[in-house]
Amino acid sequence: MTEAAPAAQGAGAGAGAAPPLVALRGVSKRFGEVVAVDRAHLEIRRGEKLVVIGPSGSGKSTLIRLINGLEVADEGEVELLGQRIHAHHEPPPSLRAECGMVFQHFHLFPHLRVLDNLTLAPRHVRRLPRAEAEARARELLARVGLAGKAAAWPAELSGGEKQRVAIARALAMQPQIMLFDEPTSALDPEMVGEVLEVMRELAQGGMTMVVVTHEMGFARAVADRVVFMDAGRIVCSGPPAAMFDRPPHPRLQAFLARILSAR
Amino acid sequence: MRYGARSQALTGRQLAARAAVLGLVGGALWLALARMEYRWDWSVVWDYRAQFAAGLELTLLLSLGGMAIGMALGAVGCLLRVSQRDAVRFVALLYVELVRGTPLLVQLLIAYYCVAPRLGYDQPRIIGMAALGVFAGAYVAEILRAGLESIERGQTEAALALGLSRWQALRLVVGPQALRRVIPPLTGQFVSLVKDSSLLSIIAIAELTKRAELLQASSLRVFEAYLTLAALYLAITFPLSRLAARLERRFTPGD
Repeated sequence: MTEAAPAAQGAGAGAGAAPPLVALRGVSKRFGEVVAVDRAHLEIRRGEKLVVIGPSGSGKSTLIRLINGLEVADEGEVELLGQRIHAHHEPPPSLRAECGMVFQHFHLFPHLRVLDNLTLAPRHVRRLPRAEAEARARELLARVGLAGKAAAWPAELSGGEKQRVAIARALAMQPQIMLFDEPTSALDPEMVGEVLEVMRELAQGGMTMVVVTHEMGFARAVADRVVFMDAGRIVCSGPPAAMFDRPPHPRLQAFLARILSAR
Repeated sequence: MRYGARSQALTGRQLAARAAVLGLVGGALWLALARMEYRWDWSVVWDYRAQFAAGLELTLLLSLGGMAIGMALGAVGCLLRVSQRDAVRFVALLYVELVRGTPLLVQLLIAYYCVAPRLGYDQPRIIGMAALGVFAGAYVAEILRAGLESIERGQTEAALALGLSRWQALRLVVGPQALRRVIPPLTGQFVSLVKDSSLLSIIAIAELTKRAELLQASSLRVFEAYLTLAALYLAITFPLSRLAARLERRFTPGD
């Protein structure tokens, strides 16, 4: 079950008739000579929490950017919410809107106040009236513990606050899945906890999540399934206990040993 | 304004040094002129003031009109330049390179003597303004493009990830941020255009430079006519370039 990529697919199929929320089928992505992602197969069920780990440069970020089309596949097919996106094609904006994303470097819109960061997409993509968008945005800010920051500029926030605003901004679109691309890697250590806490609550609320992270504690506590990547390939995947306590692949074992000794 | 204080206050020493430089330059000029035993007669300039005013007005009008046309052409040129299609990008590249690779004087000659007559058009002011606009547009296009490209790619990605279309991402996220950064260079471009508009004098447009030439021809007062001309250009460009420098300080630091 934790052997190789096709095994990961099996986990999704075994869940029953419900189609996967996301499926990558033989997806590859090259940057010049470098194969960032090499024939990846992955299925993600609704409500599943997937954590992607692996050494830097192993293709983790590219893998999740392939899901919402920030990277366009060179080969293979991405299926998102039942819609197939062929290689060399971008998903339509309406499909991206269902797919929230949180970046390592936040990418808040610096020319807009916090509240307007949250309401921009709901107003212009979902065509929500301003009052309704703002009411919902204030609710979300309260949920991430930043009710008092609605009128602040992004530049006035700490890193942890910025990332919590970024999470709220993505949630404002009421996405069906949330992608996190190393959400705590750019944070000072004392701010990692507050961001992970928000993500943990989100997971408890039943959100489908794909998280690229080096936070093994978070992976162990929250993930339904951990995917290990190395050199562009999905090497193995499985429940966190199995992956961390009895690493099924020597490269995962070596990777875990390296990060544990680094701590 | 937030960053204004940094370079504003000069120390007493710096002020004294600047005054000394001005005194030296002024003194040298004064000596040179005194040796020529030139007899100044500024009354011709005063008698000519209405013409200078009219020339100044036309210079400003042509520069503003040219800049307006330049902004429109520049915006279009910039959008073409960042297009996904290579052929479209090439059209913009051709425009920018042709205009920036030839002197404005040559462009004016072509516009006035080659293009306008074929179109049966004999409105030198309109031709001149259009030529200034085409000229400025190429530079504005490059300024706008540099502005767009100075905004990190993550901004576009964040906008796209939220479901915005490429056009919405440009209009709502990248454009507004780029606009603040291009205001200083655009002001600088306008200052250049005001000065460059003096070339319009060769196609019989009675703007500021042409008026000074006429005064010089009729009065033979070379110094009075041309020194006044220079002072009038400075009166427009100096405040503008100070403004550009201020805006630059205000907008650049990691904003």
